[in-house]
Amino acid sequence: MIQQLDELKTKALQELGQIQDGKELESWRVRYLGKKSSLTSILRSLATLPLEERKSAGARANQVKADLESELQEKEPALREARLVSGTQKEILDISLPGRPLPNGRLHPITQTLNEILNIFVSMGFQIAEGSDVERDYYNFEALNIPAEHPSRDTLSTCWLEPETGSDEHTMLLRTHTTAVTARVIEKMKPPIRVIEPGRVYRYEATDATHLPMFYQIDGLAVDKGITMADLKGTLYEFARNFFGEERKVRFRCDYFPFVEPGVEMAIECLTCNGKGCRLCGYSGWIEILGAGMTHPEVLRRGGIDPEEYSSFAFGIGIERLPMLRYGIDDIRLFYGNDLRFLRQF
Amino acid sequence: MKVPLKWLREFVDVNLPPKEVADRLTMSGTEAKGIQVIGGTWDNIVVGQIAAVNPHPNADRLRLPTVDIGTEPQTVVCGAPNLNIGDKIAFARVGAQLIDGHTGEIAKLKPAKIRGVESSGMVCSEKELGISDNHTEILVLPADAPVGTPLADYLGDAVFDLDVTPNRPDCLCVIGIAQEVAAVTDQKLHPPEVAYEEAGTPIDQHIAVEIIDADLCPRYCASLITGVKIGESPPWMQQRLLACGMRPINNVVDVTNYVMLELGQPLHAFDYELIRGKKIIVRRATGGETITSLDGAERNLAGNMLVIADVERAVAIAGVMGGANSEVTEDTTSILLEAANFNPASIHYTGQHLSLPSEACMRFERGIRPELTMPALKRATQLIVQLGGGQAARGVADAYPGKREPEPMVISTERTRQLLGVEFTVDQITKVLTSLGFECQPGASSTEVKATAPYWRSDITQEVDLIEEVARIIGYDHIPMTTLSQSIPPRSPALMLDLEQKIRNTLVGYGFQEAITYSLTSLEMLRRFRPQTQQVAPMPARLANPMTAEQEYLRPTLRANLLAALVANRRHEEVGIRLFELGKVYLPREKELPDEPEVLCGLLSGSRNDISWLGDGGQLNFFDAKAVLEGLFRRLGVPASFKPGDDESFHPTHQAAIAINDQEIGVIGELHPKVTEAFDLAEAVYLFELNVTELLPFTAGHSMFQPIPRFPAMVRDIALIVDVGVSHQQIVDIIRGFSLVKDVAVFDVYSGKQVPAGKKSLAYRITYQSPTHTLTDEEVNKVQEQILKKLSRQLGATLRG
Ligand SMILES: [Zn+2]
Repeated sequence: MIQQLDELKTKALQELGQIQDGKELESWRVRYLGKKSSLTSILRSLATLPLEERKSAGARANQVKADLESELQEKEPALREARLVSGTQKEILDISLPGRPLPNGRLHPITQTLNEILNIFVSMGFQIAEGSDVERDYYNFEALNIPAEHPSRDTLSTCWLEPETGSDEHTMLLRTHTTAVTARVIEKMKPPIRVIEPGRVYRYEATDATHLPMFYQIDGLAVDKGITMADLKGTLYEFARNFFGEERKVRFRCDYFPFVEPGVEMAIECLTCNGKGCRLCGYSGWIEILGAGMTHPEVLRRGGIDPEEYSSFAFGIGIERLPMLRYGIDDIRLFYGNDLRFLRQF
Repeated sequence: MKVPLKWLREFVDVNLPPKEVADRLTMSGTEAKGIQVIGGTWDNIVVGQIAAVNPHPNADRLRLPTVDIGTEPQTVVCGAPNLNIGDKIAFARVGAQLIDGHTGEIAKLKPAKIRGVESSGMVCSEKELGISDNHTEILVLPADAPVGTPLADYLGDAVFDLDVTPNRPDCLCVIGIAQEVAAVTDQKLHPPEVAYEEAGTPIDQHIAVEIIDADLCPRYCASLITGVKIGESPPWMQQRLLACGMRPINNVVDVTNYVMLELGQPLHAFDYELIRGKKIIVRRATGGETITSLDGAERNLAGNMLVIADVERAVAIAGVMGGANSEVTEDTTSILLEAANFNPASIHYTGQHLSLPSEACMRFERGIRPELTMPALKRATQLIVQLGGGQAARGVADAYPGKREPEPMVISTERTRQLLGVEFTVDQITKVLTSLGFECQPGASSTEVKATAPYWRSDITQEVDLIEEVARIIGYDHIPMTTLSQSIPPRSPALMLDLEQKIRNTLVGYGFQEAITYSLTSLEMLRRFRPQTQQVAPMPARLANPMTAEQEYLRPTLRANLLAALVANRRHEEVGIRLFELGKVYLPREKELPDEPEVLCGLLSGSRNDISWLGDGGQLNFFDAKAVLEGLFRRLGVPASFKPGDDESFHPTHQAAIAINDQEIGVIGELHPKVTEAFDLAEAVYLFELNVTELLPFTAGHSMFQPIPRFPAMVRDIALIVDVGVSHQQIVDIIRGFSLVKDVAVFDVYSGKQVPAGKKSLAYRITYQSPTHTLTDEEVNKVQEQILKKLSRQLGATLRG
């Protein structure tokens, strides 16, 4: 019996040494340590042996069982380790292959620019207001101090809508500037006001590399007691340095817009030549970015705000120019051509 | 506006480099777009005098003038006909840069032997110098030109190209710019001295002036010069006119143009003999009245256009163009010179309607002051007498119904500080305004100045105008930069913008590229979406003056322009395209501005994935499009439903109307093959359109937090067989109606050999869960039985074996 046990142990250990994976190990365990294993049947058969023999064989059998169990316990982690390592060595992945394709979407560069600018002004306490693209003659012109037959209208060549039925007078137009929203806001809101007005504007103009019949603007307006031109300069400078960076020089000069007095033009140092003068900036070193000024008292008065009590500034920014300057885009038509090869670059 | 520096210097001392002057003008409101240097390339060209002219030994058409240039006499070979001994000319030495008279290219003058005779240089034509196109004759300089002087010193100039803003007609002349230069460079203005002799009978015995429509003509002045000899104006005047972009005509017309450029007042010269009845009448045109203008065209005049007439007929379109019937010609000897003031709007209207934008028109329509007529008239009369001989009649005619006394305005240091945010003293204010020609007096208090605008300024009407003058001359750089110090105004939530942002970000996240298309479209494009009716109804809003046929109507839908964008991209994109636009459409309304709802339109077409070694993922289809909207609605927390639709742009059975609580807010579907064919597309295109403005109210607010279930869920799969006419929606609506059903998902749809004809099979995974306890098999079995019973009863569904 004892010899039988020793042979069993030798055989089991030898087999155990050759085992490579968990499955084999399990069947080894069943074979040698399971309920139907020969060791179990030996242990069971002990009962039939005489007491003396039963004692020694029993001790030996239990010893063998313990030995096998401890061997098994040692084998298991070694085997797991071997399995985990060999698993990582078996399959070689060509990591240079591309991943599973996902469709890629982007916001239009104009939307991105609008968001960027709006965020800058919203962080300064401005609220976004929108108007309609189709406007009344009054809000686009008269309310802004641009009477009929005024030469300023010549530079704002207008797309008119067909007259309403029963009339032959043109009173509806496609707004030529988002300043029309300013006229509406002045009429509708009560000071204090800080609004920013993005939107599409239209001109009766032939299309070329620098002109479009439709483009985007953002107008802004602040009305309160004690607002000054210094505030206007500071507000616009804050915008410029956020958008163009701290290093970019900014210039304020006198300009004329019928709805402001004094009128201001803000330019930044040319991004191409850094102020030295090049074709892009007309050799001036400066690029005009926006028009602004202190809201004309007449414009406030027409909207029902007393210019003696309140002061106000206003500004208007053309949008397309900004990404054109930033990314070096030389043809404005690309924005609304919607060529994916263009749009995917932003 | 072109302003030559030498001309400018007649009225103001300029001690700064032209670039610096240009910069200061730019900063103060008159933008200098450039400085053109005349004679900047005239090295090696000097003033010479022809001392002798000898024939060329070998050529009849060439001659050999000897030119005195102060040093050694030079002999050159020359083919020009106007070589006269004693004339002052421009002599170019070897090495000078000249424009080739034939090719127009710039070339350096090289030593040359022409027909055997050495030429030591060249006598230049205007073209060779770049002054004009004249190459048949050499340039003859005025007799006082100093021999030996570099031509650049004698004839060279710097011409400022200035962008004058519409509010400053006073800057559309040399003296106006001189005034600005004086103010920004701290110099004094020297106006021209005007004096001439008058003789004979007073002017009112020669001409009467009557203004009938004084609303359109506040002032009309005239002078009379007799015995004038019409001829060319002197070279200096011609050169200045040319430098300013005007063509010399004759001495009288040139004077009127010259004085307009100098003082800003347009003038007109009539042949006095042709004025019938010796009376000038300023009146509106009569119905059907015509006039042949100076350019020879017959003009039909409207009743609100102003004319200058004699007793019989119109002789000029007031402020816009003269009439041929009273034109100054070579035979003219008596000049009636007009300097008048007209209503700006009227001139603008007439100029626009007759398509006659002129230099005069441009000045009048910007509004010049009536006071300017008299100085300009006198200056022009003086020049005509000086250049054309003749005699000025005694006095000037002056009808002045629109006379108004200039009123002083008050500017206070207090208000200036309030508006600009910086303090300027009374002295600073007074100094600036005085330098601009304002008359300043102390105001009622020590912080006020009483200022009267000079007679040439028409843009100063209130205190803010004065404040701008102070700010722009002292310089905007002297205004500090501050942040708004007032408290931030209340802000109402921007719900629409937030929603738009969410939608855009969601679509981009799903791989859609945002497009922005034009707001305008054509009826033809819209009609392509109406394969059945061919009718676009209701009619979109139309422009009265469309630029092109492609941009004639305001878009009532985003579909057309977005599909066109897809078509354009299809020419170079082979794989799937996913595009969207979120923008306004324009829906006409009676008696109101159009409705402008915000609309989302998306379209997708082609392969689901880019080509890949992992497989192409198949073609995009209806359910890819639907997934986008379902995902969007989930994100927005909006319970939208899809029902069969009837939009003729779409495949009749591959489309759905999208509704929220029975309100239709959009459509989705596969475009009708006829629509895609009309756009030359061979592929299926899936499109959705959603009225975001109508969607907005459903997105308001937010739902409350739901606790995470504490008890395990139980999952059961069932396969059903139903008639093909039964929809998935009908089935899930029934299943969802049971209380323990937490979720239901369809995972298989089949029709074919395995199921009877006219039937289809759908397989569902139902998730059961209770918020109060762990479910038992018995409980779930019971519910599932009830579900099956109801499905069988209401939809005829059977379990698939
Ligand atoms: Zn530059």
